[in-house]
Amino acid sequence: MHTKTLAELSRGLAAGDFSSTELTQSYLTRIQTLDSQFNSFITVTADTALAQAAAADQRRAAGDADPLSGIPLAHKDIFCTRGVRTSCGSKMLDNFVAPYDATVIEKFNAAGAVSLGKTNMDEFAMGSSNESSFYGAVRNPWNRDCVPGGSSGGSAAAIAARLAPGATGTDTGGSIRQPAALCGITGIKPTYGRVSRYGMIAFASSLDQGGPMARTAEDCALLLNCMAGFDPKDSTSIERAVPDYSATLNDNLDGLKIGLPKEYFSDAVDPRIATAVQAAIKELEALGATIKEISLPNTQLCIPAYYVLAPAEASSNLSRFDGVRYGYRCANPVDLEDLYKRSRGEGFGAEVKRRILIGAYALSAGYYDAYYLKAQKIRRLIQQEFVSALNEVDIIMGPTTPHPAFRIGEKSNDPVAMYLEDIFTLSVNLAGLPGLSTPVGFAGGLPVGLQMIGNYWSEARLLNVAHRLQQATDWHQQSPATI
Amino acid sequence: MQWETVIGLEIHCQLATASKIFSGASTAFGAEPNTQACAVDLALPGTLPVFNEKALEMAVKFGLAIDAEIGRKSVFDRKNYFYPDLPKGYQTSQLAFPIVGQGHVDIQLDDGSSKRIGVTRAHLEEDAGKSLHEDFHGMTGIDLNRAGTPLIEIVSEPDIRSAKEAVAYAKKIHAIVTALGISDGDMSQGSFRCDVNVSIRPKGSEQLGTRTETKNLNSFKFMEDAIKLEVERQIDVLEDGGSIVQETRLYNGDTKEARSMRSKEEANDYRYFPCPDLLPIHIDEAYIAAVRATLPELPDDRIARFKEQYGLSINDANALAPSKPTADFFETLVNYLGGEAGDPKLAANWITGELAMLLNSSGKEISDSPVTALTMGLLISRIKDKTISGNAAKSVLKSMWNGEGSADEVIEAKGLKQVTDSGAIEAIVDQVIAGATAQVAQYQAAEPDKRGKMLGFFMGQVMKVSGGKANPGQVNQMLKRKLDALCD
Repeated sequence: MHTKTLAELSRGLAAGDFSSTELTQSYLTRIQTLDSQFNSFITVTADTALAQAAAADQRRAAGDADPLSGIPLAHKDIFCTRGVRTSCGSKMLDNFVAPYDATVIEKFNAAGAVSLGKTNMDEFAMGSSNESSFYGAVRNPWNRDCVPGGSSGGSAAAIAARLAPGATGTDTGGSIRQPAALCGITGIKPTYGRVSRYGMIAFASSLDQGGPMARTAEDCALLLNCMAGFDPKDSTSIERAVPDYSATLNDNLDGLKIGLPKEYFSDAVDPRIATAVQAAIKELEALGATIKEISLPNTQLCIPAYYVLAPAEASSNLSRFDGVRYGYRCANPVDLEDLYKRSRGEGFGAEVKRRILIGAYALSAGYYDAYYLKAQKIRRLIQQEFVSALNEVDIIMGPTTPHPAFRIGEKSNDPVAMYLEDIFTLSVNLAGLPGLSTPVGFAGGLPVGLQMIGNYWSEARLLNVAHRLQQATDWHQQSPATI
Repeated sequence: MQWETVIGLEIHCQLATASKIFSGASTAFGAEPNTQACAVDLALPGTLPVFNEKALEMAVKFGLAIDAEIGRKSVFDRKNYFYPDLPKGYQTSQLAFPIVGQGHVDIQLDDGSSKRIGVTRAHLEEDAGKSLHEDFHGMTGIDLNRAGTPLIEIVSEPDIRSAKEAVAYAKKIHAIVTALGISDGDMSQGSFRCDVNVSIRPKGSEQLGTRTETKNLNSFKFMEDAIKLEVERQIDVLEDGGSIVQETRLYNGDTKEARSMRSKEEANDYRYFPCPDLLPIHIDEAYIAAVRATLPELPDDRIARFKEQYGLSINDANALAPSKPTADFFETLVNYLGGEAGDPKLAANWITGELAMLLNSSGKEISDSPVTALTMGLLISRIKDKTISGNAAKSVLKSMWNGEGSADEVIEAKGLKQVTDSGAIEAIVDQVIAGATAQVAQYQAAEPDKRGKMLGFFMGQVMKVSGGKANPGQVNQMLKRKLDALCD
């Protein structure tokens, strides 16, 4: 069963080929047997998963079933799940049991999906390698000495290792797309405001978006159908109808205009990645698309802009973790200052502390204009550049990352080198546009991803193009030898 | 050296919305600690704010009532600092784009003239929780019920020049917010908190001196005392050759002393930035017009109406009209006594005289008065129907205040019924005249136009004999008649 895609499993359940209970048990067994190799789960919720599966089977027997009924999913440990530890990959929340469900989780529960557990992630979503987690690094199923990417590394690895057919992730600067690329799976970050952020622990509020990760675009469409939608509890959520993303997957690509920014194909990109991406684009041309070379000259600016804005927002969002009401509290605090200093000093990891300091600095008196304000202005320029380009072309494409998965430990002492891995993904968050990554080949046995960036609310088109590409290729069907 | 005092006020006024500014939890006062703080108020991970639009309406009402600019676009900013009663580690406030801009209020000075005090701005923000330092064995208890209650922070221009003006300004703002129904203005419950910024400078100087801030004064009396104390202190410091340290001070109303509050908070850099979880508020002319249409009668308008409708003097109108509870008390009383034709002046006198004395000495607000407008109305009607004299009524009022019963019950219990029977009065008058031969002779010997003043002696005697119960008007008439008869 674990070799089937989520969509195939959904059809299988509908056809009565197996029950949700059998399916869920099968995944739980796999997790138990195999996950010690990858460390993709922080918490496995076996009992509730089986209870949910049984309930889904009953509903199905009574003739009441949705496409996701009884489908086992894994959730990034950034989504609050009632009654279940929600750690955000941090010692700070190791003892935090969420008293409520995130809106995304509520939606999946209402759809009858099964939750296998909470996946590993970079601490507070800050990272591109899943090495900063309090619960230890996640290993890439394609090569266990390599990182799976981050921050949704656990979700990506779980899917790649076939420990779950689908998972949720979040993406602030590439944290769905980059691990999807490094693990050979499909992932989409929707338009900002498409998916509710209520219950999704905040890193950088104006950049964070939740989205689906799975083997195929078809799978992601099913998941996004459930996740997307207006939420009155999230003031940044947009009131706009959710189309049926599955309905248009097979639309033809005649007349599709693809833009290739020359900045995305520089010498900084591993030539094997460039080759794989170009080959995929040729496939799309064969399907009816036309190519246009474009230029996005402000591409490089996304890194300094992002690494001022995201830490700035994070420095404020993480202030609530103070040892007072929940989460980690240091032992025997002697006074208030001691309580704050030691709870936060001991509860947060190094990368989180680094970003809080950067962020506080960028907002501080005397520096706000030079850093925060200036970064917001650059952000506006980047966004305008994209919008302008998307008037000429329908979808902008390029490699998701400049390099394939790097070795664990290779970049952990060089934060800036780590940050540079996100050069193609960051600007998409800055502009609030939707972005998708789909597998298009390998570089030295490690997966390569192609990124597609569409105009606002073009998720359906992105999924459609990825689906048609996946029908013409089989990269997405490859699975690691290790499993 | 002549010194001039320069004062600015910052007033934090809680808005009377049913739920909090960014969550659905209740704002009702007096609940058990931490029973009115939902996930959003507790700043649980993943929670997000949703703006309560009623708070916007109330803020706009306030802006219109003080003739202020209304911000067509306003933005929420985060003010970042750490304190246990601030769950998110930041307060959502407004910095660069407040909902209300420049406005003004007019206050009445002692000499009857009017002075305009500028309001720089008023903005929306959320209240923090409460830190309780007693009762927890050296630790501090945090009650987050108050966290997230909507506030408007009203900032005055430094136009105020004395403690009295400061109190007049604060009372005017208080009257406005209560008249608008946007706040219950309960200072003892913390719904209306005043911080005063005080500095002094040589008279004639244009430069502002270094100012100090005294926070959380929760009564008008404390405000007045605290300002006077601080001005004296600053004068002492400067005249001794020292300089004023910019600091925050705490005034203790019981000990009547103030001390410096040297806290790290003063060194804070709040790192303000626009809150990315909340959208900017955009309002248009139609919205403002709709809010304007709901404005109730404002204090200044009611002052004018009282003068017009009830024929009150400027002083009486200023004493009764601005504050809604007092104005309502007055109008209820006047209506009981028969409306405009029912002696508004008498009603005014009783409220500004006897009742005011009782309220001031007990520190009560008129809305907590044990004597209501209706029970007072009954008392006054007993004067008008001559059951008791005006003097006796004063003592009846005191007894009613002390809970001894209704007007009629007290009059009965104390036997205060006026004697109006002319036969009884005549008997006493005759008795007094008969026993005061020397004074009667003086009366007869005096010039006719000087005799009026001598009646006082005989009046006093009659009142003494009657135990204060004889109707003074009747006594006066009778004495004059009988004494004049002896002069022919």
